[in-house]
Amino acid sequence: MTSRRLSNGGRIDRSQKFAVRFGGKQFTAFGGDTLASALLAGNKGVVARSFKYHRPRGIIAAGAEEPNALVHLRDGARHEPNAQATLVEAFAGLSSTPQNAWPSLEFDIGAPLDLMSRFFGAGFYYKTFIGPFQGTGFWMFCERFIRKAAGMGFAKTIDDPDHYEKINAFCDTLIIGAGPSGLAAALAAGRKGDNVVLVDQDHVLGGSLLDEQAGSTSDAWLAQTAAELRAMDNVRILTRTTAFGAYDGDVFGLVERLQDHMQVPEADKPRQRYCLLRAGKTILATGALERPLVFAGNDVPGVMLASAVREYLNRYAVLCGQEVVLATNNDSAYQTAFDLRDAGATVTICDVRANISSVLVQKSVRAGITVLAGHGILQARGKKCVTGAQIVPVDSAGHATGSPRMIKCDLIAVSGGWAPVLHLWSQRFGKPDYHKSLDAFLPQRQRENITCVGALMGTTSCEDALRQGFDAGGKTGDAPELTLTEPFWGNDLSPVTIITKPDGTTPGKAFVDFQHDVKLADIDQAHLEGYVSVEHLKRYTTSGMATDQGKTSNLNALSRMAALCKMDIPAVGTTRFRPPFTPVTIGAIVGHEHGLHFRPTRLSVIHDWHRENGAEFTEAGAWLRPWYYPENGEDLRRAYIREAAHVREHVGIVDVSTLGKIAVQGPDAAEFLNRVYTNGFKTLALGRLRYGVMLREDGFVLDDGATARLGENDYFMSTTTANAAKILAKAELLLDTAWRDLKVHVTTITDQWAAFAIAGPTSRQLLADVTGADLSRDALPNNHFTNVLVNGVNCRLHRMSYSGELAYEIYVPAKSGRMVWESLMAAGKVHSLKPYGTEAMGALRIEKGHVAGAEIEGRTTMQDLGLEGLASGKKPFLGAVLRKRPHLENPDRPTLVGLEIIGDQGAKAGSLLFAQTGPTEGHSEGWVSSTTYSPALKKNIALALLSRGRTRLGETIRVVDFVGNSTLQAKVVSHHFFDPEGLRQNG
Amino acid sequence: MLRIHCPICGLRDETEFTYGADATVQQPDITETDQKAWLDYVFMRDNPRGPHREYWHHVTGCRQWLVVERDTLTHEMGQSFLAREVSK
Repeated sequence: MTSRRLSNGGRIDRSQKFAVRFGGKQFTAFGGDTLASALLAGNKGVVARSFKYHRPRGIIAAGAEEPNALVHLRDGARHEPNAQATLVEAFAGLSSTPQNAWPSLEFDIGAPLDLMSRFFGAGFYYKTFIGPFQGTGFWMFCERFIRKAAGMGFAKTIDDPDHYEKINAFCDTLIIGAGPSGLAAALAAGRKGDNVVLVDQDHVLGGSLLDEQAGSTSDAWLAQTAAELRAMDNVRILTRTTAFGAYDGDVFGLVERLQDHMQVPEADKPRQRYCLLRAGKTILATGALERPLVFAGNDVPGVMLASAVREYLNRYAVLCGQEVVLATNNDSAYQTAFDLRDAGATVTICDVRANISSVLVQKSVRAGITVLAGHGILQARGKKCVTGAQIVPVDSAGHATGSPRMIKCDLIAVSGGWAPVLHLWSQRFGKPDYHKSLDAFLPQRQRENITCVGALMGTTSCEDALRQGFDAGGKTGDAPELTLTEPFWGNDLSPVTIITKPDGTTPGKAFVDFQHDVKLADIDQAHLEGYVSVEHLKRYTTSGMATDQGKTSNLNALSRMAALCKMDIPAVGTTRFRPPFTPVTIGAIVGHEHGLHFRPTRLSVIHDWHRENGAEFTEAGAWLRPWYYPENGEDLRRAYIREAAHVREHVGIVDVSTLGKIAVQGPDAAEFLNRVYTNGFKTLALGRLRYGVMLREDGFVLDDGATARLGENDYFMSTTTANAAKILAKAELLLDTAWRDLKVHVTTITDQWAAFAIAGPTSRQLLADVTGADLSRDALPNNHFTNVLVNGVNCRLHRMSYSGELAYEIYVPAKSGRMVWESLMAAGKVHSLKPYGTEAMGALRIEKGHVAGAEIEGRTTMQDLGLEGLASGKKPFLGAVLRKRPHLENPDRPTLVGLEIIGDQGAKAGSLLFAQTGPTEGHSEGWVSSTTYSPALKKNIALALLSRGRTRLGETIRVVDFVGNSTLQAKVVSHHFFDPEGLRQNG
Repeated sequence: MLRIHCPICGLRDETEFTYGADATVQQPDITETDQKAWLDYVFMRDNPRGPHREYWHHVTGCRQWLVVERDTLTHEMGQSFLAREVSK
């Protein structure tokens, strides 16, 4: 393998020589190389296989627009997919593997896939679902091997050992792009004293100036400018930083790749930093990307963008070919030809323009370059590398007008004009304007604090770019002066990028979108099938929908569409860009917000006691709650059954501190409660509490809970754990808007009060022992509360039951929570008091037939849940009117029932219910909402919602779990499984 | 990445707020029994292109409900007011 590295020139550091690995082979690299330049220097032609047809693909670009050279970087925990080799800095020990390469880079599976290419055309994905393929599972069949052959990157499943940082930042002036115009802007803004941030994705400043031959006049200017900028304290230079997103409020998303260019990041330093930067003023100097040309075989390795060929030559000292055919439709590519010639290559220029500036022609001839005016490339020859170009005279539409002839070559450099990098602008402002003379879309609307400069605005000379940047930055100090002699792209461009036979077809596959393997013929087919909208074209052909977002393909697809429709490009329009400009690693987006840091964990004030006493925990929203307290190695099932049975026989205690608690205070508190609850609260006497149900305005059940009247105008509302924040916010909204006339304050006191439920036949005796209070049935009936002292702490004892047992809830000032809990545990010894967790609590409430979150799930009405008795007919309340909508009163609606499962196996929540006979398909007759083993009944039971459920008690139905693929039989019963008369709780 | 002016706390990042509801619709009086009035309130919304008024809750700030002017086309934020001080 010969090296294509020149012995002199370039901007690489030849004193740093090291090896990088790609697909098991070693390549020599120097300081300043990218992985791509090292591969090209090592004459590595095929670096990937294409998405659909598995064709060999090489590197075509040198920057963010590269569609082919996607690689996996590193191994093990630091493995990273979808890296563009053109953006990866080479470092000693870099290991990489080709991504689109199954089964291997060199093996051609392409032959069979090429045979199937008729099926892979436009709309392939959609067509697998219709016509002869409908219902055949054809897509499922295809997907298996297409996905594999397509070689998408794979994510690792082991933890990332590196850490990623997130920051918010602010500046007066943000400049994106450190090419000539961006640097000029930074100079002016920095001298003015602005707090400036200058961002560039490269690791050095300079942008397009780095593509000039080393030793050019621009080098001195660049060095001097960089030195002046670095000397300014008010200018922050962020290299290796991509501005990937532009958001509302002039916020920009940046990712700094702080340690990506090292084998292992330095200890304790973030690998990447994600920054949301809020800029007072923004100057976009993002430059332009070259457009490829479309012709048969334009994807053969060795067909490259002319600008990339020049960059590899001048920046990396890599001569990509010795015998070069350069095809262009504009002036800029000539500079590549001159530089290639200087480096010793032979160059033939095929220029589609019939009339070329005589200056350029003379200069070319003097340099020994053959110029063929009015010529294009009809077809690139070669399989794994370019061996020749079929060139042909063409007319002004790019159609061949004569017979082709073959020119032998090992590199085809192409230039189809330039596409400004308007991604960030478009993310903010939408669709750009088409400029005919440049055959390009340019930013149209600018706000006074967002300015576009340089090649992004189609600026055609270095002087103009510098002046625009300098003006945008605030024109301070001496204006920068730098003249480059190259011919620029704005000059005399002919909008021909597609070369075809006279009939408009190509003699082989001609690619528009390389990354998604979209051919010119696919655009034609979409047109034949009637696609006229550019958005539809994009989705139907998938052109521009790969990870590169069509950086090299969008304009060529559009111009073909326009030609077919006989419309001009502005009439066809373009799509808008979305963040990110280039892919952002998930690690950078996540930062430290993963695992336990994903969100705060809320803990009960006696969490430590639970932990010390062996509780297993479960997540309930943001809370961690004791799930069960295993004894002697019990599993969940044995523990909760024991705990629940213990409550029914003796006494248990459960921590319910997570319940939402809201103080409702003010002269109109009773009226407020009367409006939010369906049942009446105006009659609630002091010292009493009442269970209430809330509806949404649309008539569905929202929440339930008990409210106690503590004083004349002072109520204590409790909500479910899950809805606490929602109910409070809703109450605040109502009181600030529709019900402003009510004099009521609502205040969350969830964290101020610990709460424990004590349930079981001996709960009264236990609490009487601890408090010394008279808790007899007459002194404290159900739904009453009293103030008690526990170990000197004032607590409030509510008598109410969720479990169906004789039960109390004790509300304790949070700071005394643990002390009171331990006092209760100590006094409870003689009553064999035991703690129980949420699983046993759930079992007890299911036995009792109480509804919880699984039943109050947003789609159920009071009637569905058997709660209609709590809806007052005497007063208005939220949801009162719409709950009476006819379809909500349809008797066929699923209503709450109990199920006794026949057999030893319990039902799974979410199982579907079907009648005893008939097919188990389509809509079921209902579903299982909550399920448990009932220690009291010694049966597996469940709560369910069953169509016309109340009329079907005694019926046997089928309970089908389609996930676990099992069918159970169950008897429909009342959901009040246990003690339906309430003798125990009222005893 | 909007910033919302809170009359109590000043200019604050949108992450401190939650969106509540369309502030151009009025909840019917609680004594209203006409289903149409409640249906309109719950389900019917204009989808304006341009200036709009919305309820936002300064939920991790002062917990005040605000009426915020937002342009649905440009996301430019206009004035904001305490909801309870806006005339119905």
